Amino acid sequence: MGLGAWTRRDLLASFLAAPVAAAACRGGAAVPPLPPGELAGPSFELGHRLRDGFRPEPAAEAWDDVPVVIAGGGVAGLAAAWRLERAGFERFLLLELEPESGGTSRAGQSGVVAYPWGAHYIPAPLKEDRALVALLDEMGVLEGRDARGEPIVAEQFLCRDPEERVFHRGRWYEGLYLNAGASDDDLYQYGRFVAEVRKWIAFRDGRGRRAFGLPVAAGSDDADVISLDRMTMADWMGERALTSERLRWYVEYACRDDYGSKLEQTSAWAGLFYFCSRVGGLDDAAQPLVTWPEGNGRLVAHLAGVAGPRVRTRAAVTDVRVAADGRRLEVVAWDAKTDTAFGVRCDRAIVATPGHLTRRIVASIRDGYSPDRPAPAYGAWMVANIHLSDRPKLRPGNFPMCWDNVLVESPSLGYVVATHQTELDRGPTVLTYYYPLTDSNAREGQRRLLSAGRDEWAEVALSDLSMAHPDVRELATRVDVMRWGHAMVRPEPGAVWDDARRRAAAPIGGVHFAHTDLSRIALFEEALAHGVRAGEEVLAALGFRVEALAG
Amino acid sequence: MSAESDTSSSPPGVPADATPIRPAIVFVNVFLIATCGLIYELLAATLASYVLGDSVTQFSLVIGIYLSALGVGAWLSKFVRADVARVFVEVELVVALLGGTAAPVLFLAFARVGAFSLLLYSLVFAIGVFVGLEIPLLMRLLENRLTFKDIVARVLAFDYIGSLAASILFPIILVPRLGLVRTSLLFGLLNASVGLWSTWLLGPLIRRGATGLRIRAFLLIALLAIGFWKANALTSLSEEGLYADDVVYARSTSYQRIVVTKGKSGFQLFLNGNLQFASADEYRYHEALVHPAMLAHPNPRHVLVLGGGDGLALREILKWSCVESVTLVDLDPGMTELSSRFPPLAELNGHSFADPRVSVVNRDAMIWLAEVQESFDVAIVDFPDPNSFALGKLYTTRFYGLLRARLAPGATVGIQCTSPLFARTSYWCIVRTLEAAGFIARPYQTPVPSFGVWGFVLARLEPFDVPVVAPEGMRFLNDEALQSMFRFSADMKPVEVEINRLDNQALVRYYEQEWKRWD
Ligand SMILES: Cc1cc2nc3c(=O)[nH]c(=O)nc-3n(C[C@H](O)[C@H](O)[C@H](O)COP(=O)(O)OP(=O)(O)OC[C@H]3O[C@@H](n4cnc5c(N)ncnc54)[C@H](O)[C@@H]3O)c2cc1C
Repeated sequence: MGLGAWTRRDLLASFLAAPVAAAACRGGAAVPPLPPGELAGPSFELGHRLRDGFRPEPAAEAWDDVPVVIAGGGVAGLAAAWRLERAGFERFLLLELEPESGGTSRAGQSGVVAYPWGAHYIPAPLKEDRALVALLDEMGVLEGRDARGEPIVAEQFLCRDPEERVFHRGRWYEGLYLNAGASDDDLYQYGRFVAEVRKWIAFRDGRGRRAFGLPVAAGSDDADVISLDRMTMADWMGERALTSERLRWYVEYACRDDYGSKLEQTSAWAGLFYFCSRVGGLDDAAQPLVTWPEGNGRLVAHLAGVAGPRVRTRAAVTDVRVAADGRRLEVVAWDAKTDTAFGVRCDRAIVATPGHLTRRIVASIRDGYSPDRPAPAYGAWMVANIHLSDRPKLRPGNFPMCWDNVLVESPSLGYVVATHQTELDRGPTVLTYYYPLTDSNAREGQRRLLSAGRDEWAEVALSDLSMAHPDVRELATRVDVMRWGHAMVRPEPGAVWDDARRRAAAPIGGVHFAHTDLSRIALFEEALAHGVRAGEEVLAALGFRVEALAG
Repeated sequence: MSAESDTSSSPPGVPADATPIRPAIVFVNVFLIATCGLIYELLAATLASYVLGDSVTQFSLVIGIYLSALGVGAWLSKFVRADVARVFVEVELVVALLGGTAAPVLFLAFARVGAFSLLLYSLVFAIGVFVGLEIPLLMRLLENRLTFKDIVARVLAFDYIGSLAASILFPIILVPRLGLVRTSLLFGLLNASVGLWSTWLLGPLIRRGATGLRIRAFLLIALLAIGFWKANALTSLSEEGLYADDVVYARSTSYQRIVVTKGKSGFQLFLNGNLQFASADEYRYHEALVHPAMLAHPNPRHVLVLGGGDGLALREILKWSCVESVTLVDLDPGMTELSSRFPPLAELNGHSFADPRVSVVNRDAMIWLAEVQESFDVAIVDFPDPNSFALGKLYTTRFYGLLRARLAPGATVGIQCTSPLFARTSYWCIVRTLEAAGFIARPYQTPVPSFGVWGFVLARLEPFDVPVVAPEGMRFLNDEALQSMFRFSADMKPVEVEINRLDNQALVRYYEQEWKRWD
């Protein structure tokens, strides 16, 4: 097999814990062959060309005219389109770089089951998230409201029990916090941490807002709350003498899972946001999770279905500029099918691309109209979809397979099981394995991500999982790999509650902005909220009177 | 036969004077080989009646084939011209191998081989032929040492005494203590030992290569001894030790481990080690499960069975002549095939899978329910107890909601719900979950000796009265039994429970806690 320039030992030592590498390489020669598979997108090439100043000019006859253009068909772009459709406005065009819309929430499909390539769940929304509630209502996911008016998610869309287990020193345990073997001090500290979280859950500011809302815009900007954004989660825990190793693992797991970052890289505001924002109403109970086999791919498929033929794929926006007449806008894009440039003249544009590309696409930002927009830092992720012919054997005394299966001793996050929500409890399945590159230097993480190809990452994933499932190699029939170079913005201290973030979302001329990056945390709710807001800005500008779903 | 090609110069028979063999000890041989021979016959007949059913037919067929094979063997003995002693030892070793491995081989073959009965009868015939050779050869070895009348009298006497020993030992000690597989191996060992010691006993008559014979005998003894020692692993019926009775069928399908055992009181079916029914009292369970729901419906024509791959609920449903169609949905084709083809089970379920009204769907009931469009008048839900998350989902509000959508107006449902006595919280959890899914649930229970007190629910979407008049011709269910089932003693009365949902699987957790106490 082709591990390129790597030796297996170096590869595993570099990407997995040393003991895993040692165990995997023990006995020397016999390296089992890798199952087939391929490297799935995304297209890096265009990003690199844009950075290098790629700005093609369309031929005179390659111009079109559409009132509204949306650049980018991730959750945010699709949500903007959805908002326009809901208002009955259909004269827009959505341009998406990839062959498929969905962005980091897109999904794949095997003969057995659909599976996620990125985002895999949302917490059940509270009524304050009007946009998400409206979307889920439209999809038939909600079956009513409870006595407090909170939406009720139909049972089959809630993550089926058992939800999660952890693998620690050779055994699977139920839950995420490792109770097994915890000392009194561990449990005491865990209790203190829970009490701190409870305090923030109970918090209401002068305007009655919760400390942490979903979307972020629904939460409080009280000084006490936003001061949390000035320190790291590591410092916050240190100040409170929360030193228990398993507690730190647990909290760091949350940061890695949601943001792809470690305690030292995560703002304490973001760290607490994870624990406090998804908690409902009076009883402090965590909101249940809503998920599908293909994860949030189900949500983007619905949104894309609504936008229908107004989505044009393999069309990379390279420029958004004011037309010579000074009034209209010109959007230039590169058609990857024909390798030609084309242009669209419009009245309004919604730029729903990731921040690092938006800076290169939008002429007014390039030209320094808004020089204080800081470039957010991104974490890189590798996602492998591992197709299995059957379920791994469960050894006696181990907790059975859950939806989320976490490996304590691994730098990966473990895997989710695509068939979990289908009720198919036997036979072939697909495991989605997540590996965030948590290097402090984001560029170094991206370099490391790209230093390994399909075979190398497949080898890493299978070696890592072999620790918990010795039979995974025999069962694996296919391993596909996705390398997300700019997977998620990192909520580093100061990033979220920076005034620059608010300014970045403000329209410039007729150009409106949407993307989860504008919240500095990567979540469906944020992307949706920004898309809906941008859509409503455009509707208002076009003279529509609509009741706001956003903010 | 090797002897036929033996071109040694000596004339047929054995020189009279040459050898000091001791006839008295030869009679011990006769006794032992007679015992072994009959044991093999009994083993084959018992095994055939276990796995093929209908013991009268099986016994008389096996005995007939075996006796005729003995005749063939005796007739063939005349072709043994020279080296009779050596041939005798070789025959012993062949009998030891065939007879000793007969039961393990047949058990292993049953789950895998298509023409099983052909294999069984061929084996019986082969053993018979070789056993048939034994006595004539021994008699010829004694030929010139005793008078003819002495030979006949004593050999036949020891032969019949040996048979008597076998027929007493077999049912009283061997089957109950050792089981069929070990009995088979043990008597193979005995046969091989006879072969081995005969190399000394008849040593002077064996011309060449006594050492070679001994080596083969030793190897065979070692093989059978290992088999005896590892009988469980060898037969892949490693659970044999777990069950009180003989395992007559065992197979791992992709879904579960199916084991059928047979004992004095009849058959038992185990799935993953959990008892599903015992033929002795399953009628109580299945009459209680099926008929209340059938009675509560004025005219049940289309019936749905979820689970119930043993076909026993089917048998009860098919007693109703108004029934036009029954759809049985069971995950495991291995289970429904066994129930339709394995004779003892097929007999027990009244060959219900052969009834043209029955159609079988091998799918996960939950997924199937979400996909189909038909509706049913009566649904009988007979899943294994909720001892895993994969089973727990079949008792959730979501599941009952899907079931509800497939019910025709006025439809009734009967559900097995584990024991309200041993697993009281689990039982009431199922009842309350059904209610939460919009059903009107009428709990009922009845004792089933193999299980203990067992619980069910009769449910409908509209208010209804429970039936009070039992159908004709039931073994268990009469009016009194029917009416008393709906009463609960104090120790089984309702308790506070959580509703079982996909996202909490409360029931699996209750169930695990409760049964832990009784294990
Ligand atoms: C591995 C992983 C796991 C995640 N898990 C979760 C989760 O469980 N729950 C959750 O809520 N969130 C999760 N997220 C966060 C996820 O990013 C957001 O939920 C959401 O998908 C972001 O949508 P977006 O539209 O803002 O951005 P993106 O997904 O980045 O969408 C941007 C779109 O623009 C397109 N594009 C880029 N450049 C151009 C161009 N020049 N022209 C045209 N189109 C262009 C891209 O192809 C893409 O389709 C996860 C992310 C990753 C990477």
